Amino acid sequence: MFDPFWQLLQDSRIATAIREGELLFPWIECFHVLALSVVVGSIAFVDLRLIGVAARDRSVAQTTRSVLPVTWSAFIAAVITGGLLFSSNATMYAHNIYFQVKIGLIVAAGANMSLYHLFLDRGSELWTTAERTPLRARLTGVVSLGLWVTIVACGRWIGFTINALS
Amino acid sequence: MHALDSFCGWLQQTAASQAIQTTDWAVPAVQTVHILLVAAVATSALMLDMRLLGIGARDQALAVMWRRYVPFIWWSLPFLLATGAILIVAEPARALQSPVFLLKMILLLAAVVITLICQVPLRKDPSYWESTGARRRTAKLVALTSLPLWIAIIFAGRWIAYLQAS
Repeated sequence: MFDPFWQLLQDSRIATAIREGELLFPWIECFHVLALSVVVGSIAFVDLRLIGVAARDRSVAQTTRSVLPVTWSAFIAAVITGGLLFSSNATMYAHNIYFQVKIGLIVAAGANMSLYHLFLDRGSELWTTAERTPLRARLTGVVSLGLWVTIVACGRWIGFTINALS
Repeated sequence: MHALDSFCGWLQQTAASQAIQTTDWAVPAVQTVHILLVAAVATSALMLDMRLLGIGARDQALAVMWRRYVPFIWWSLPFLLATGAILIVAEPARALQSPVFLLKMILLLAAVVITLICQVPLRKDPSYWESTGARRRTAKLVALTSLPLWIAIIFAGRWIAYLQAS
């Protein structure tokens, strides 16, 4: 359905340059790995706080306040670099099952996070300062951790099913 | 280099290497774990270096943040070495004969040393890096050295896939 659009993207000057140059793809990949490491690492830290493993001396609210700006900055960088990598072979990536699952899981992780911020942390003034969080907060953390581990795995599997520089 | 050639040849023929090579999912699975551990180290190093530079989290004492984040670095490193070693066993020449792999290991050593340089004085005096202007400047210098080192380690890791000694 979107194939003509992906083809257009892939034929763009920048996508062609990434595909045909020998240096661009690896360099963009470097920044993508750096950005995603910080995204996943910082989210995992918040998740571990929600579960009650890390930073127990600090409230959930304080933890998210100090970590989430870092997460969002890195996420923007990861989306931009990921988009550039995608553009280089858009038609192929769009049909790659691991890529499709990865995007689906990122949306799911976003939904999990929104659900938490919109509904589940109601009345959190008390428990966010507590060492132990309620079950719903711990569940959010576990779901998020599981999703992000799978997202990283999907990313790695994309690399093994598509040879970008062939 | 002849000895290294034969070592790589021998390692590649071992039962362990053959087992990994004939298991499709083994290398991407181990790489996934490796990246998740990289995420833990990169995020922890970033949070600590940002604190040393005085960006954000000023309400937090450095020693407190150090205790919160640095265990992730020290606990991840042995598992990073173990997963890295598995990847070397799977494809010995890919890493061992790559010049960037050697560079990565040297950078890693430097990053570990600089982290220790920061950590040792904190053990005796939690306010060590914040007690005088000169020490605060040194702390910033430490962060400005540490951050590029960790980034370069991640970049070098990605380049191992592209820069092969032929």
